[in-house]
Parts: sequence; C-alpha cells; structure tokens
Amino acid sequence: MPAAIAPVVRIQAADFDVAAEIDTLRAGSSDIGAVVTFSGICRDEAGTLAALELEHYPGMAEAEIARIAAQAAARWPLAGLVAIHRHGRVRPGENIVLVVAASKHRRAAFEAAEFMMDYLKSSAPFWKREHRLDGAEGDWVDATRSDDAAAARWRK
Amino acid sequence: MTKLVYFAWVRERIGKSEEDVALPPAVATVEDLLLWLKARGDGYAHALRHPEVIRVAINHEHVDHAVKIAGAQEIALFPPMTGG
Repeated sequence: MPAAIAPVVRIQAADFDVAAEIDTLRAGSSDIGAVVTFSGICRDEAGTLAALELEHYPGMAEAEIARIAAQAAARWPLAGLVAIHRHGRVRPGENIVLVVAASKHRRAAFEAAEFMMDYLKSSAPFWKREHRLDGAEGDWVDATRSDDAAAARWRK
Repeated sequence: MTKLVYFAWVRERIGKSEEDVALPPAVATVEDLLLWLKARGDGYAHALRHPEVIRVAINHEHVDHAVKIAGAQEIALFPPMTGG
C-alpha cells in the first residue's frame, strides 16, 4: 500500500461548499475512481427549532478529528480525505459537518467515510444546544447510545 | 497550578469556563479529581452529581477515569459529545 495521505481537517464557523471541496480533493488526480461524501445537516423535526448552537473545544476538536482521520487513512487505501465541522449557530437546513473520502474503489471510500462519522459523533468534542423559535431556553442535545455502539463496531 | 476547562452543561452548572487550581497531593487520578471538585460547592455538586457520565480529556486527549493526572497541564471536563 502506498504511504497514507495527509487528511484535511477544518473546524470553522463558516459554511462550506460541498462541490468545491470535492473538486479540490480531486484536482490533479486521475487515479480516483470513487468519492463518497457525507453531509450532516441541521434538521428540525417538530417545527420548533430556530437554530442549533454548536459549542466546541478549540484545539482538541482539531486534534481529535485529525487522530480519527489518521486512523482512517492508515486503515483504508485512500487518495484523499476531508473532514470539516462547523461551530457556532447553525439554522435548520444548513450544513453542520462534511466528510469526503476518495479512493480507487468504492468500498474503501464508503467504509472510511462511515468510520469517520461514527467516531466523529462519539469522540469529537462538540456539543449541540437547541434554540427554540418561541424564544424559550432550549436544552442541550442528549448523546445517544447508538452513536457509541456505531463507533464500537469498528473495533471488532 | 493545573488549568481546568469546562464545556456545555458542565460549564454552565459550575458557572465558569476555566480556572487554575492547586490540586492537593491526594488527588492522583481523574476519579479523585471529579470527587474533589464535586465537594467544592453547589455548582460543582450539580455538574458532577453523576461523575461516571463526565468525559475527561488531558492535554486534548480523551482519558478514562482511572488515569493518573500527574503532569497534566490542561484537564477538560465535559458531557458526552453530540457533534456530527
């Protein structure tokens, strides 16, 4: 296997452009046969959410996602890997997180993207708080056990 | 002195985002730290009522509660993460 690629990790308040990130990842490469993209989007199931506030641990957020990305790059033969996570206020319909995994073949790209998201959800230091449309104080979003279980299955 | 940083509802309940503390020698592990902090006041008691659910990072890396904290420059306490 060739040397693992250097993943791109960004933590930012600004939105990102999914198509532009894919173009940048693919630029100059003619041996990429598969690009898998995961976009995590702020959703409002009950019609009551004004926005999510994403708090993060500056420094550790970058370090932790970089550690997860390095594991993915070591485990699958990737041609490129990008992980972007936003912080601050995000409204329903807006992007929260992006993972782009590129490889020669689809299987590595699919698996690496899923691995990235499973670990990112359970170990990247971000916390969501709801802001409600009616102005009432929203709650911190509870962590779900299924996210921990999703990460654990990669250790089998 | 050791720098402690707090996030999300741990931060809100304690009432501050960070502080420098002089840890007594008896506080050797993460678990010791959580129990020591819990006794420092009402906000701490509220934040750390169930210390087993609190996640801890030392110098930006996750650690479990049995880890020794000697040499730690920055210790972070926070709830289970909900990013992604």
